[in-house]
Amino acid sequence: MSHSFEKVNQSMSDKDIQILKTTTWSAGPGCHGGCGVLAHLKDGRLVKIEGDPEHPWNQGRLCSRALAITQYVYHPNRLTHPLRRVGERGEGKWEKTSWDEAFDLIERRMKKIRQDFGPESFIFSMGTGRDIGSWICMLAYAYGSPNVMFSLSGIACYSPRMSAVETVQGDYCVIDAGQWLADRYESPKYKTPECIVVWGYDIPASCPDNVFGHWIIDLMKRGARIIAIDPRLSWFASRATKWLRLRPGTDGALAMGFLNVIINEGLYDEEFVEKWTNGHHLIRCDTSRLLRESDLVDSGSRSNFVVWDTESEKPTIWDSHEARYRSANVKPALRGDFEVDLKDGTRVHAKTVWDRFRSEVNKYPLERVAEITLVPEKDVRNAAILYAKSKPASIHWGVPIDMTPAITPTAQAITYLWCLTGNLDVPGGNVISRYAFDAVAYALPGAEGVIKLKSKEVDKKRIGADRYGPLNKFIWRAQTDLVLEQIFTGDPYPIKGMWMQACNPIGGIGLDPKRWEEAIKKLEFVVAVDLFHTPSTQLADIVLPAATFLEKDGVRSWWVPLQTINKVITVAECKPDVEINFELAKRFDPDFRWDTIYDLFDDILKPSGMTFRELQKRGGWALPREGDPSAPYHRFNKGLLRKDRRPGFQTPSGKVELYSSMREEWGLEPLPHYEEPPFTPISQPELAKKYPLILSTGRRSPVYFHSEHRNIPWLRQIHPDPIVEIHPDTARSLGIGSGEWVWVENWLGRCQFKAKVTPVVPEWMVMAEHGWWFPEKEGAEPTLFDVWKSNVNQLIPMGYQGKDGLGAPIKHMLCKVFKVSGGCRP
Amino acid sequence: MSEETETKYGLLIDYEFCTGCFTCQVACAQEYLRPRDILGMQVIETIQMLPNGKPYLSFIPFPTELCSLCVGRIRKGLEPACVKHCMAKCIKHGPVEDLAKEMKKGRMVLWAPR
Repeated sequence: MSHSFEKVNQSMSDKDIQILKTTTWSAGPGCHGGCGVLAHLKDGRLVKIEGDPEHPWNQGRLCSRALAITQYVYHPNRLTHPLRRVGERGEGKWEKTSWDEAFDLIERRMKKIRQDFGPESFIFSMGTGRDIGSWICMLAYAYGSPNVMFSLSGIACYSPRMSAVETVQGDYCVIDAGQWLADRYESPKYKTPECIVVWGYDIPASCPDNVFGHWIIDLMKRGARIIAIDPRLSWFASRATKWLRLRPGTDGALAMGFLNVIINEGLYDEEFVEKWTNGHHLIRCDTSRLLRESDLVDSGSRSNFVVWDTESEKPTIWDSHEARYRSANVKPALRGDFEVDLKDGTRVHAKTVWDRFRSEVNKYPLERVAEITLVPEKDVRNAAILYAKSKPASIHWGVPIDMTPAITPTAQAITYLWCLTGNLDVPGGNVISRYAFDAVAYALPGAEGVIKLKSKEVDKKRIGADRYGPLNKFIWRAQTDLVLEQIFTGDPYPIKGMWMQACNPIGGIGLDPKRWEEAIKKLEFVVAVDLFHTPSTQLADIVLPAATFLEKDGVRSWWVPLQTINKVITVAECKPDVEINFELAKRFDPDFRWDTIYDLFDDILKPSGMTFRELQKRGGWALPREGDPSAPYHRFNKGLLRKDRRPGFQTPSGKVELYSSMREEWGLEPLPHYEEPPFTPISQPELAKKYPLILSTGRRSPVYFHSEHRNIPWLRQIHPDPIVEIHPDTARSLGIGSGEWVWVENWLGRCQFKAKVTPVVPEWMVMAEHGWWFPEKEGAEPTLFDVWKSNVNQLIPMGYQGKDGLGAPIKHMLCKVFKVSGGCRP
Repeated sequence: MSEETETKYGLLIDYEFCTGCFTCQVACAQEYLRPRDILGMQVIETIQMLPNGKPYLSFIPFPTELCSLCVGRIRKGLEPACVKHCMAKCIKHGPVEDLAKEMKKGRMVLWAPR
C-alpha cells in the first residue's frame, strides 16, 4: 500500500486539528442550508469540512459545493475589504476603504435620499431567499422602506407556491421525510410513503425549499415508488414507476386531470371532504359568488358562510370565527341546488362548492388533458390511481410550478390532491410545515417574526401591494416587474437607490438583464454586498465584502430543526451580512430595538424558551416535541393550527377552501384551473413558425448554486461550460454535434451554449442552463465577466407576471438553435 | 503478511441509486488537496435507450489510479472520504469477499482499485 497518503495524514495529525460544529446556510454552498458540518481548523485556518454524522438533517453527508468550501473561503479573488468606486459606474475602477468610511458614506448618501425622496425610493433587493432575507428586511425597515424586493420576475420562486397553499389551506406543507423526528425513518411515529410524486424537480443537483434532496433516495430504498412529472428525463424520471413527460407549463391541466380521475373514480377521502373542506358552502347562482351571512340578514357577517341543512331544510350559518355551525345537529348538504331568500326578499338559486368544484374538474376529461399536456390518457389515469391508492403518499414539487404566470390555480389544484386523498399532516404524507417552535428566523410568506415595519401606514407605499392580493396578504415584498418599470417611469414615486445583497440581477436572477443594467445605472446610489465581484457589483458605488456561513453567528428555523450557525473562522475584513446590516440599521433608526446581534437572535428564539447561547450549548439544534403546534401530526383535528386552538385551518372559513373565498375577494378565479402560458406553440403559433423549439431553462447542476461557483476550481472542472441539451434527432436535423457551440436565439436576444446531444430532452424542447457568467473574464463594462455571452435570461421577458402578480414564463419560451461555427446563420 | 493472504479491500457501488451528485469526486479532491483535473474518483454518466423507448440514465463513480481507498483514514477508524459523504449512501467500503456477498440485488459494481 502507498505511503504518500500517510504523509498527508501526518501533516494533518489529529492533535493539531480543532474540529468545530456549525450549520450551513447560504454563502459558501449557497443553498438553503440546514446541514450539520464539522469544520476542521489548523492554527485558526479552515483546512477541511465534513458532514456531521450526529446531525439528523444530513446524517454525515455533504454535497460537492460544501466540500469545496476551502477553495471558496480562501479564494484569491474574494472580496476582502470594502471598495469604493473611483471611475465611472461600470468602469471597474475601485479603491479600498475602511469599514468606518464605507458606513459613513453609505449613511450620508442614503439619509440624503430618504430626506429628499422618502424612504420608499430606496429598493432593497435580494436573490433567492436565504438567511439574508431577514437581515435585508431589518435594514430596509429600519431605514423606513417597505420595498424589499426578491429580484426574480413574478417573485417566481417558492413564495407563489406558499402563498397559493396558504390561501386555501392556511398553513404550508412539505413532504414528510421524518425531518421532525430525531431518529427520522426509524421512528415508530413515521411511515415511509408508498408513493412519492416528484413534480418538476431533479435530485442530484438540489435541496430545494428546505428539503434535503437525497431524503427521497433514502425513502426509495425503503420502498417508496416514484411518479416523476417532468419534460426531461430527470434522474427520478429514469427510476420512476410512472414518468409523465408533460409539455412545460401544462402542470395545471395535469393536476386537474388527476383530480378528475380521483373524484370521478371515487378515490377521494369522503370524510376529509365532509369534515374539513368548505364543500358544503353555498354559491349564489345569480352572482356566482359565495353566499355570506351578510346576504341573508342585515346584521350578518361577511366572513360567515351559508350551508343548506338537510334536517331543517333551510339555510344555516357557518360561523367562521367560532369554527362551527350557528345551530346544533346540522346535516349540511354536499350536493344539490337550493333556493335561498336574501335579506331584501329576493329568492336566489344556490349550489354547493362541492358541485361547483366538481363541474370545474369535469372540464378536464383525460382526452383534453392529454391534448394539452402531451401525456397519454392512460398514463395520467394510471398515475393518478397509483397516487390515490397509495397510503400514505406525498408530493414533492419544484420551482417549475412557480415559473408560469398561472402559478396560483396550478398550485391550488395540486394542493387539493394531498387534501382530497387524506394525505395532509399524516406520517409519510405532506405535513404542515411551521418554523420550529414558531420561532421565525426568516419571515417567508404568511409569517411574521420580530423584524417588521414600524406601521401599516409605511407598508401602503410597497410597490404592488395595493394591486395584488397575495402581496397584501402573504408576501412582504415589492412586486419585481413593477419595480423595474417604476425605475424608468418614476410613477407613482421616483426610485433613487438600490441595496443589492446576495443578489446578482445581471448575471443571475434578473430576466431581461440588459434592462436591469440600464435601470441600475439610472439610480443615484447603489450598494452591493457580496463575496466576489459579479456582473452586478460592477454597477455599484460601494461594494462590501460579506462572510461565508463559517464566518458568522446566526439562527435558522426553516422549518426544522431550530439551529444555530456558529462562527468558526474569520477571513480578512469580511463581515457577516447580519453585522453589516445591523450597524447601518442602528444608524438609520434611532429607536432600533436591539443593542447587539445576540439580543436580536434571542428575541427571534424567544418562542423556543432558549437563548442563542443555550441553543448553542445544547449542540446547536433542537426539534419541537409532539403537542407543539410546530410538530406533526394531525394538527387540524387536534386544534393546533388556529390561534384560538379550535380544530380546523387558518383560512377565512377555517376549512380547506375548495373554492377560495380570498381569491373571490381579490377578484380572481376562486377555482383551480389551467391557463395556456403566453409563449408556447399553442398561444403563439406565428412565433412558433420562426422559433420552433420550446426553450426551457433552469435545470440544476449539482456543483453550482444558480449563478455562483463558476470560480471554484474543483467544481468548474466538473462542469466547465454552459450547456444546452438537444435531442439527438433535433441535433441531427440541425447539423449539430455534441460539444459544438450553438446559438440559442429568439425575438428577444441570443446567447451561446455548448450543445449536449442527449435523449433526456424531447425532440421539441431544448434545456439551456441559467446563471452563466465567466469570473475569469474582464469585469468592467461592456463585458461584465462576459455575461452577455451565455446568460439565457436575455431570451425571457419581464412583465409577464400572472393576474395576482406572481409567476413568470421561465420554463416555456420559444427559440431556434443553430451552429456558431463560421458565424454563418442558416 | 504476504501478497496472497493480505485482505483485498474494495468499493461496492450501488449504481441504481447513484444520482450523479459528484460529492465523491469533490470529497476526494478535498481530502487530498488534488490539483484541478487530477481526480481520485470520477463520476461517469451513461444514457441507454431501452426497447420501450424510455432512456435509462446511470451514473457510476469510478475510482481512478490515484485511489488508495483512503488507507490513512481507514487506519484512524474513518470511512473513505467518498463513502462518508456520498449523498445517496450508495458506496460501501470493505473486504471484497464480504462485499461480493452483498451483491444480491442488480445494478451494482464492485471495484478493487490498484
